[in-house]
Amino acid sequence: MSLILLIEQVLNGIQFGVMLFLMAAGLTLIFGVMGLINLAHGSLYMVGAFAAAAVAGWTGSFALALIAALAAAAAAGALVELLVIRRLYDRDHLDQVLATFALILIFSEGTRYIFGSFPLFLDIPAALSGPVLLPGGILYPLYRLVIIAVGLLVAAGLFVLIAKTRIGIQIRAGEADREMIAALGVDISKLYTLVFALGAALAGLAGALVGAIQSVQVGMGEPVLILAFVVIVIGGIGSIKGALIGALLVGLTDTLGGALLPTLFATFMEPSSANTIGSAVASMAIYILMAGVLLFKPSGLFGAT
Amino acid sequence: MKIKSLIAAVSIAALGSGAAWADAHSSKVKVGMITTLSGGGAGLGIDVRDGFMLAAKGNENLELVIEDDQRKPDIAVQLADKLIQSEKVDVLTGIIWSNLAMAVVPAATAQGKFYLSPNAGPSALAGKGCSPLYFNVAWQNDAFNEAAGAWANENGIKKVFLMAPNYPAGQDMIAGFKRTYKGDVVEEVYTKLGQTDYAAEIAQMRASDADTIYFFLPGGMGISFMKQYAGSGVDKAVMGPAFSFDQGILGAIGDAALGVKNTSHWSKDIDNEANKKFVADFQAEYGRLPSLYAAQGYDTALLLQSAMGKADVKDAAAFQAALEEADFASVRGKFAFAPNHHPIQDIFMREVVKEGDVVTNKVIGVASPDHQDVYGAECKM
Amino acid sequence: MAREPLINIILFALFPVTAGVAMVLDEPFIITLMTKAAILALAGVGLNIALGLGGLVSFGHAAFFGIGGYAMGVLASHAQSYTPIMETPILIEGTKSMLVIWGVAVVAAALAALLIGVLSLRTTGVYFIMITLAFGQMLYYFAISWPAYGGEDGLSIYIRNDFPGLNTLDPIQFFAIAFTVLAAVLFIAGRLAKAPFGLALSAARQNPERVETVGVAPFRLRLVAFIISGAVTGLAGALFADLNRFVSPTMFSWQTSGEIMIFVILGGVGRLFGPVAGAALFILLEHVLGGLSDFWHVYLGLLLLLVVLFARGGLIGTLAGKETAHD
Repeated sequence: MSLILLIEQVLNGIQFGVMLFLMAAGLTLIFGVMGLINLAHGSLYMVGAFAAAAVAGWTGSFALALIAALAAAAAAGALVELLVIRRLYDRDHLDQVLATFALILIFSEGTRYIFGSFPLFLDIPAALSGPVLLPGGILYPLYRLVIIAVGLLVAAGLFVLIAKTRIGIQIRAGEADREMIAALGVDISKLYTLVFALGAALAGLAGALVGAIQSVQVGMGEPVLILAFVVIVIGGIGSIKGALIGALLVGLTDTLGGALLPTLFATFMEPSSANTIGSAVASMAIYILMAGVLLFKPSGLFGAT
Repeated sequence: MKIKSLIAAVSIAALGSGAAWADAHSSKVKVGMITTLSGGGAGLGIDVRDGFMLAAKGNENLELVIEDDQRKPDIAVQLADKLIQSEKVDVLTGIIWSNLAMAVVPAATAQGKFYLSPNAGPSALAGKGCSPLYFNVAWQNDAFNEAAGAWANENGIKKVFLMAPNYPAGQDMIAGFKRTYKGDVVEEVYTKLGQTDYAAEIAQMRASDADTIYFFLPGGMGISFMKQYAGSGVDKAVMGPAFSFDQGILGAIGDAALGVKNTSHWSKDIDNEANKKFVADFQAEYGRLPSLYAAQGYDTALLLQSAMGKADVKDAAAFQAALEEADFASVRGKFAFAPNHHPIQDIFMREVVKEGDVVTNKVIGVASPDHQDVYGAECKM
Repeated sequence: MAREPLINIILFALFPVTAGVAMVLDEPFIITLMTKAAILALAGVGLNIALGLGGLVSFGHAAFFGIGGYAMGVLASHAQSYTPIMETPILIEGTKSMLVIWGVAVVAAALAALLIGVLSLRTTGVYFIMITLAFGQMLYYFAISWPAYGGEDGLSIYIRNDFPGLNTLDPIQFFAIAFTVLAAVLFIAGRLAKAPFGLALSAARQNPERVETVGVAPFRLRLVAFIISGAVTGLAGALFADLNRFVSPTMFSWQTSGEIMIFVILGGVGRLFGPVAGAALFILLEHVLGGLSDFWHVYLGLLLLLVVLFARGGLIGTLAGKETAHD
């Protein structure tokens, strides 16, 4: 494999990782602050993608579509938090799993009821389409570079938000000691709704950004949800930094595993079975990575023990 | 699930008041349709169902019970048990996916029920596992790919890059293409089933010296790949079987699909009376363009009704003979059954074009005339 | 206090009574549904040993369910095609005997649970949930991409396996087999919970430090519970495969793990008959709602939501009143 191809694959891995970070950041915040396992996070990703596709269809504007995705996902998140989620904070994880699983069913089939059974159309704007020439003669899709940039900007913004702002202080305090922060007069239920809506908006943004280069269809959120869980578990639950590192690790492992393993296996076995076995191992790679990390660090890379 | 069955039966009868199907000579048949109506793959099942119901409209002798398999093999098996044991249907049909067909068909035919496949043709059922009661009205899985390989030979395609998901249907499709294709296979890549990001594969395509990409990625996988491929700046020609370019999917890919060549046994512009009527009726009835799945559902109902006019379904041998005649005006034009009950039909090459604002397919030639699958030799019945 | 046992008896009797009535009315599909409910309840009873008794929230029990299923699929497909599974170093043939298949399924699932348990039980809480999920997903992708036994297509077994003296293809006889297995396992699980092992396990869930001070290692207790739990779910997997005469990687999917967990939660975590109630209710909902609309998942979701929010302690907890069965 040539060096250029390898660099391109690394970029792909980073782009995939950054997208996973947008999902994982909300998930890890929600878990860190409220102690809630939210299986319906993938549904908010789907809501973002569908809202973007619908608005792009009506107006033709990608910028409006992105705004719609953020707004729709945040609104859906806030609504779900007010109606359902806030009754689950003092329950155990099992009840949370069942309730948010029920939400997946409602969101998925509800979306199908509204938008029909066929995938929707959402395209990248003309200004961002096509490849650009990177130093070293690498042709790379501009849009994917934009996704990387957006993801890193969001990551930076989140770090600032958590480290510097009043809300960030409240979030950190909430993670550390829930009773204390309520005693200090912070409106905890408003804070929770806000954090949930923020996490939902990030998922919606990811859905819209990715929806433009993938298929906008019912059920698109669940595979990403599982990967996002893998990410936050590797990174350590509650840690934004962990989510970023975990996301990049998972993105790179998945992309490079798929590209390199079949070739690697072909060096010591016959090509056809190397292909099959290599692909099989590649699709298991991130789960092997996760199990490996947890064996040595039972609370993830940056988790509180 | 009585309510839904009732609705289906009533709607068929109500739609066709005064139609010509209430023919005294026609025998009564109860049909059980197991298809995917909820969840991710629902679009295909809905099209098969709608196509079937359109062709069966007004036929009071045809009672239809429709069940949703949710694309889960274990549910499909249980529904087949239910339709056979409780509903006592004579004929089963409707399954979309090869893996569900493999779970249901052998057991159904073993219990003496006819099965008409409106989609999916796993090689096992065309060869060693064939049955006198199993009729495939769609295609054997390899067919579109063998035709594409033959077309590639004649159209100067020297080096191809092959890609399919890593599961049996994907491996079948690639094997089918390689069976007829005589040029070089530069690379053969198997992706994860359900994969949504193809950046890594596209990078490999860019680096390879292939002149054409041939891929099989059904449903959402194909949509994702085509959109990403179009944005990548790689300008190799793209080919594939029709599954990634049917009408339900093209709308979601948009202009990114323009110019892609794909093989299919049906296209909405095939020039015959039956097809013109089908396309017009389907649009009038449902307000959308039909897909190849709708065409297959439609043909399945036409075939069934042609046999109902000739024989009683209770007389299995006679009904089987009536089905074998395939005496109906297929929307594909020519249609006949090979001895293994799989189609002999023309496979066309289509190109994705834009008609006004609608992205759709246009036939540009016949890729493989009177195509027949290769597994028939293994079929002993 | 006496309400729960009464509810359990009524619930339990409902299975054979429904199946019997269905037989009289010639509605074999109802019997099939009851068989399915009994088998899924068995899978739930298995999970409940880890979940309810040991407090181990496993999101990867599909791994054991699938292993049980494939034990049946592999053995029966080789018997069906008269090809040995392996010839060297020793000859191993396939089999159509249900009893042998159950044995293989239980042992294979137990071994897998030993391996997964040793690795996973080092973690706790959400990390445990997720690492068990990871192992399930590994097996899922392995089953999909491994071509030898059908990959994604799965394996069809045309005729149900043999049970001495019974015609397994007859719905009511197969129901009797599944129901008897469920009853036997429920009996054993009930004894287990009251035995010293079960009491120690419960204690380890509530207060691990105290258990450790009396010289019992919680890790070893949990590992044994996890192995028993996996083995029971594996047995359910073998029966489920036989019910459908078919196995596929779907049995390994995380949705399957989720569904088994739902049976347990729906019925009542830690209650012996919880999974039985949960599985029966789930099958009933699926059957009734599925007929109402193509969009029945919405109604299923709403109902599940209502159960979590307003019926604490699951179905049995609600019916039996506020006092909890365990702790």
